[in-house]
Amino acid sequence: MNKRLLIENARIMDPASSTDVTGAILVENGVVSEIVEGAAPGAPEKAERINARGLIAAPGLIDMRVFTGEPGHEYRETLASAGEAAATGGVTSILVMPDTVPVIDDGALVDFLMRRAQATSCVHILPTAAITKGLEGKELTEFGLLREAGAIGFSEGRHSLQSAAVMRAAMTYATNFDAPIIHKPLDTSLAADGVMNAGPLATFRGLKGIPGEAETIALDRDLQLALMTGARYHAAQISTGRSAEIMSFYKERSGTVTAGISINNLCLNENDIGSYRTFFKLSPPLRHEDERQAVIEGLKSGSIDVIHSDHDPQDSEGKRQPFADAASGAIGLETLLAAALRLYHSGDVDLMTLLRAMTSRPAEILGLDSGRLTKGALADICLFDPHYPWIVEETAIRSRSRNTTFENARMMGKVMTTVVGGRIVFREEADA
Amino acid sequence: MVRRKPDTSDTETGASGSFLPFRHPHLLGIAQLDPVEIVDLLDRAEAMIPISRQRKTLPNLAGKTQINLFFENSTRTQASFEIAGKRLGATVMNMAVRTSSVAKGETLIDTAATLNAMQPDAIVVRHGSSGAVELLSQKVECAVLNAGDGTHEHPTQALLDALTIRRHLGRLNGLTVAICGDIANSRVARSNLILLGAMQARTRVIAPKSLLPRGVEQMASEVFTDMRDGLKGADVVMMLRLQNERASGRLIPSVREYYRFYGLDAEKLSYANKGALVMHPGPMNRGVEIDPAIADGPQSVITEQVEMGVAVRMAVLDALLNKENGHE
Repeated sequence: MNKRLLIENARIMDPASSTDVTGAILVENGVVSEIVEGAAPGAPEKAERINARGLIAAPGLIDMRVFTGEPGHEYRETLASAGEAAATGGVTSILVMPDTVPVIDDGALVDFLMRRAQATSCVHILPTAAITKGLEGKELTEFGLLREAGAIGFSEGRHSLQSAAVMRAAMTYATNFDAPIIHKPLDTSLAADGVMNAGPLATFRGLKGIPGEAETIALDRDLQLALMTGARYHAAQISTGRSAEIMSFYKERSGTVTAGISINNLCLNENDIGSYRTFFKLSPPLRHEDERQAVIEGLKSGSIDVIHSDHDPQDSEGKRQPFADAASGAIGLETLLAAALRLYHSGDVDLMTLLRAMTSRPAEILGLDSGRLTKGALADICLFDPHYPWIVEETAIRSRSRNTTFENARMMGKVMTTVVGGRIVFREEADA
Repeated sequence: MVRRKPDTSDTETGASGSFLPFRHPHLLGIAQLDPVEIVDLLDRAEAMIPISRQRKTLPNLAGKTQINLFFENSTRTQASFEIAGKRLGATVMNMAVRTSSVAKGETLIDTAATLNAMQPDAIVVRHGSSGAVELLSQKVECAVLNAGDGTHEHPTQALLDALTIRRHLGRLNGLTVAICGDIANSRVARSNLILLGAMQARTRVIAPKSLLPRGVEQMASEVFTDMRDGLKGADVVMMLRLQNERASGRLIPSVREYYRFYGLDAEKLSYANKGALVMHPGPMNRGVEIDPAIADGPQSVITEQVEMGVAVRMAVLDALLNKENGHE
C-alpha cells in the first residue's frame, strides 16, 4: 500500500506516551511516519488530506470482549458485520471470544478464523481460544499449538471455570507460553438461576437475584491462583466496588493481574431494566447505582484497567421472551466510545484515562504492538468529535443484531473517521 | 375484637353507575393501582357478592369473549375466573397450555399472536415467569388480566384477601397483617404487601431467613424470623403454601422442622390478637404450614376467601370490559 494520508489540525491524544498536542499525522505504507506539532510541514505529494479541526485523533480502540456468530450463528453476526460495526465505533481491533459453534478449541479453527478475518473483516480480528475443550471446564486445550496458530489469549468466553483445580492447571500451563488467561469470574452455584442484580428491585419484580459475592468469591480465587502460579490473568468482567477493591489488593502484590469492565456497567444501573426490558439483561448484571459509582472510582484509581463493549449480538427471538427466559447480552461496538464519553462529559473520568482503558492498556495486557499513536506505530487511528450530538437509531445499526442498551439514547461525541493500517474503513457521512 | 357482621343487605345490582371508570387497559399488578382505585375495585366486588350468592347472571359482558390462558396448572383460580366470566354473561374459553420448558417463551408470544387474531375481549393469563403477563399484554389488543406471573404478582388474590379482611374487620388501614411462610417465592405475598401498604395497613413478614428475599424490608413494615414475635398483636394471619420441592433441601431441612417453627397451630396463634383472622390462598398443605384444626377452626376465613375470589374477578372483568357502563 503506497497511499499517503495526512491528518491535519487534530488534537492528538496518545495515552501510551501521555501525548496531548495539536498537530498533524502523516501516514505512509500503513504506518505513522510522522507526527508534528502545529501546522503540517507542507503537503506531501498525492496525499489524501483530512482536516481534523475540532477532532481528536486517538489510537484505534481495542475492544477486549466481542462475541460474533461466526462460525455457527452467522445470522447474528459475522466477522464482516462485526468489523463494520467496529469501524463505525472507532474500534480497530477486536478480541473475539471462543463461544462459537464449533467452539474455538483447536488450531485449525483459529487458522480458519484468521483467514476469514483476512478475507472479510475491515478491522483486526484477534482470536482467543477456549481454555478447556468445548468450554466444558474439564480438559485443557492445546495452548502451545493454539498460540502458534495465532490465538492471542485463552478465555472461557461466557463461561466460568468452576473448578479451582482446572483453573490452577490452566494458569500453570499458560505460563509456559506467556499466554494471558482471560476469565469472567463467576461462581455459578451462587449465581444459580439469578437473572438480575440481587436486591430490593429484583425482589419487587419477582426476579431471582445474582449477588455480587458470586463474582467476588470467584475473583478472589482466581487472583490467589494467579499469585501462586505467576500467570498473566485478566479478569474479563467485573461489576462491583468490592471487586475493584480486591483487584487493588492483588495488584499491589502482582504485576500481571488486570481487570476489565463492560461499558454497560459503567454507564447504566439496574433501574434501566425498568419493566422487564430484556435488552438490559446482561451478564454480569447491571448493578445498583452505588456499585456503578464504585467501579467508576475503580477505573480512575487504576484497579480496573480496561473498558470493553461486551458486544454480544442476540437475535430478536432470544430477546422477545419473559425476562427470566430471555438471552443475556447486548451489542456495543458502535456505541463504545460515545457511551464512554458520557463519563467524560459528566465530569466523572478524564479523557486520557478513558482512552487509555480502550487503547494502550488492552495492548499491554495482550502484548500487542497497536494501541499507540506515535511515529512508527501501525496506523490504526480513531478520529472523533467529542461534542457531536446524535441519537442511536435502530435503523442505523451496522451490526446484524439490534439488541442495544442505547436504543434511542442521546449521545454527545461521535467517531468521524476510522483508519485501519493506513486505510480509511469508516467515514461519517454527515461530516460536512 | 369485634367482627363486623358480613354485610348482606346490599341490594345493588353491581351492574354499573356508581363506580369510577377504570383507567387501565389491563390489570397486570397491584403496583399499578392507587388507593382510590383499590377501594373502588373492592366496592365493585362487594356489589357483586349478592349476584354471586344468588347464582344470578348479569348481562354486563354478554357477547364478549374471555379466554383463560394458563401456562401453569391452577384448578381453583381458573375455575374462579371461569365462573366469574359466566356470571357476567361472557363466553369463556379455557386454554391449558402444555409448557415445554424448552420453548416456553416462544409459545407465549406465538400463542398471544394467535389468540389476538381471534379477537377476544379479555385474556386471563397465568405464567411461570415474572413479567410474562405484561409482555403478553404488549402483543395483544384486548384486556389482559394477570392471574399470577412467576414470583411477581397475583393481583386478584390480593384484592380478594383485602375484601375478605374488610368485610370482617371493616377496614384495612391501621390493621396489623402478618404474612407467614415462603415469602421469597410468593407472588401472593408481593401483591398483598403492595396492596396492604398502599392501604396503610401495618404489614409483617414472618419466615426463616432462607425464605426471605433480599430487600424485603423495603416492602414490609416489619420482618420477623420468630413466628411468636411476629404474630404478637396481629389482626390477620396469612399463611402461605410451602411448595413441596422446597420442603427438603437447602432452604428448609425438613417438613417437621418447618412445622415446628413456622406451622400455624393453636399455641402460636394464641400470640395474635384474640379472634384474629386466619387466611390461606390455597391449596393448603395441612400439617406442613398449618394445623388442620386451625384451618377448619372458628378463626379461619379460608373458604370465604374462595367465595370472595369469584366476586373480585367479576368486579375486575366488569371494570375492564364494561367501561362504557362504568362511566358516569
